Amino acid sequence: MTEEVRDPDGPLQRLARGLREFYVAPYRRTFARARRDEEDLFMIVVLAESLGVPNPVSYYTIELLPVVYERFHDWHRRMGMQTSPLETVACC
Amino acid sequence: MNSLILAVIGIAMMALGYALYSKFLATRLYRLDATFKTPAHTQRDGVDFVPTNKFILWGHHFTSVAGAAPIVGPAVAVIWGWLPAFLWVTLGTVFFAGMHDLGALWASVRHKGQSIGTLSGRYIGKQGRNLFLVVIFLLLLMVNAAFAVVISDLLVTTPTAVIPTWGALVVALGVGQAIYRFKWNLIAVSIVGVAALYALIVLGNQVPVELPETVLGLSANAFWVVVLFLYAGVASMLPVWVLLQPRDYINGLQLFVGLAILYGSVLIATPTMVAPAWNEAVPAGTPSIVPLLFVTIACGAISGFHGMVSSGTSSKQLDKETDARFVGYFGAVGEGLLALGAIIATTAGFRTLADWEAVYSAFNEGGVAAFVEGGGNIVNSGLGLPTSLSATILATMAVLFAATTMDTGVRLQRFVVQEAGELAGLKIGKFVATLVVLVLGIGLCFGAGADGSGGMVIWPLFGTTNQLLAALTLSILAVMLIRKRRRVTPVVVPMVFVTVMTLYALVVQLGQFYEEQNWLLFVMDLVILIASLWVIVAAGRAIGRARKSPPEPEDASSDPAEVGEHRD
Repeated sequence: MTEEVRDPDGPLQRLARGLREFYVAPYRRTFARARRDEEDLFMIVVLAESLGVPNPVSYYTIELLPVVYERFHDWHRRMGMQTSPLETVACC
Repeated sequence: MNSLILAVIGIAMMALGYALYSKFLATRLYRLDATFKTPAHTQRDGVDFVPTNKFILWGHHFTSVAGAAPIVGPAVAVIWGWLPAFLWVTLGTVFFAGMHDLGALWASVRHKGQSIGTLSGRYIGKQGRNLFLVVIFLLLLMVNAAFAVVISDLLVTTPTAVIPTWGALVVALGVGQAIYRFKWNLIAVSIVGVAALYALIVLGNQVPVELPETVLGLSANAFWVVVLFLYAGVASMLPVWVLLQPRDYINGLQLFVGLAILYGSVLIATPTMVAPAWNEAVPAGTPSIVPLLFVTIACGAISGFHGMVSSGTSSKQLDKETDARFVGYFGAVGEGLLALGAIIATTAGFRTLADWEAVYSAFNEGGVAAFVEGGGNIVNSGLGLPTSLSATILATMAVLFAATTMDTGVRLQRFVVQEAGELAGLKIGKFVATLVVLVLGIGLCFGAGADGSGGMVIWPLFGTTNQLLAALTLSILAVMLIRKRRRVTPVVVPMVFVTVMTLYALVVQLGQFYEEQNWLLFVMDLVILIASLWVIVAAGRAIGRARKSPPEPEDASSDPAEVGEHRD
């Protein structure tokens, strides 16, 4: 016996979803850009020591390197560097 | 004639346009394909490219394109009588605006969601891209100046709108905080927000705020113009979630409420059109109907600004290519309905012809104030609300439209100034760029009169610039269709018509500004005239090249880099 598949959301939930989309969509890009700018700044702080800039908090940021490496390639290209500026990271 | 009959005829024309003509455009001209993978899917990133339900996307598109312009344009243009304005709005929506907006969506979707600015660079050449930047800069400059004057006029003529106008900022600030800081339920916030706005309208109606004749040495109008620019400058620099986003949202909801109030009142009151169908006794100094009608009503008949919205954001969110018909064409129909409502309000909202003639005593005299007065009378007859309260509702509606457009206009123009600075090797900060925008806008308002009324004088110039942008978009569509060897008449006829009327209107106004020795507007007119000639030459060359090029296979990629499109 087949079970009827139903939309789990009722009309109110669908209305709320529609209104939220109506609210956020026009400014989605603005928020995404702001978030990316913040991440870029964070990346510079984490990578400062590797890039040869003395970093007083490198003791803490070094633990974050494996996390930011995944986003490293996109970041250095956004910063205008076509290839990786770090010898230790050959992402491209 | 009864206004209800006119409303029914107008709505029927636009409905038929959607049912028949848009179907023809979608199937025969643009050949929309439900299986084509739109950029929202191929480039899906959760930011710009997001497949969106067509009804929600239509809501975005419609509220982005609908501002005060489809109210102001028809409200000025009925001085020639209601029939010409009615015909231009209905036929313009059906054969010009719908085709243009749907086409801009299609062109952008077929080019990975690229904007009309980028497409003009690809199809018209590098000059096309430069031309686009010049036109956008002028358009934004005039939008800010014109809408500042529209709002200041309304605040002076309808002092009951002062409290809701500025109180709407408090409502928007509260909505922003409630959603982002307190994470409240959006449905509840929306209901409370709209209710608070209407409570402010009732309060404003009880407590009108009239400024003295002069404030700080400025007339009341001039004072409001300066305050509005200062406010817009501050608003544009605040984080968007604080003010602009909730303000756009509340205004979007208010747009639907306002349209329902206006058309509901017409349905109940069925007022008679007191203005002449064709006004043969226009006041002295009124310019000739041809070509001025076609640039006085831009938004509501055809507007280049819609192409920017279509290709800027809507095309990136289109779930299926066939949705373009509903989002693009029906978006234009929505704006046409707003313009039709403005025509009815300004011609059927007066008791007698003499009352109407007293309001329309000179060109640019009726305008949005007539919309508020006439529309207020209709709402009073239809819904039984007091005349003053009805007028306050419509004035607030018009102000919110103009103010949200002005907020965005100042912000966008700030980006244009910063980009222009980068091209010139200058790094211009946010504050300095905003200051430049404000000085230019205030300069334009006061350049044509010490009372800051310049914004209204340039209204037809704003229309010509808007139509010029539309002509640019249509020429891109023409090139694309010619390359595919499809029929091109539905695009070329409107393109030629709009270009000729724009050029003609610019020449007429050039003479007028020269006679008035209004050198600021004379120079602006000249710049737009040169840009128009530039469009004609560049578009003509691009179309000529497309005709000579080998036919493009039907299923070929539309990317010019792949099909060998000419690039300067």
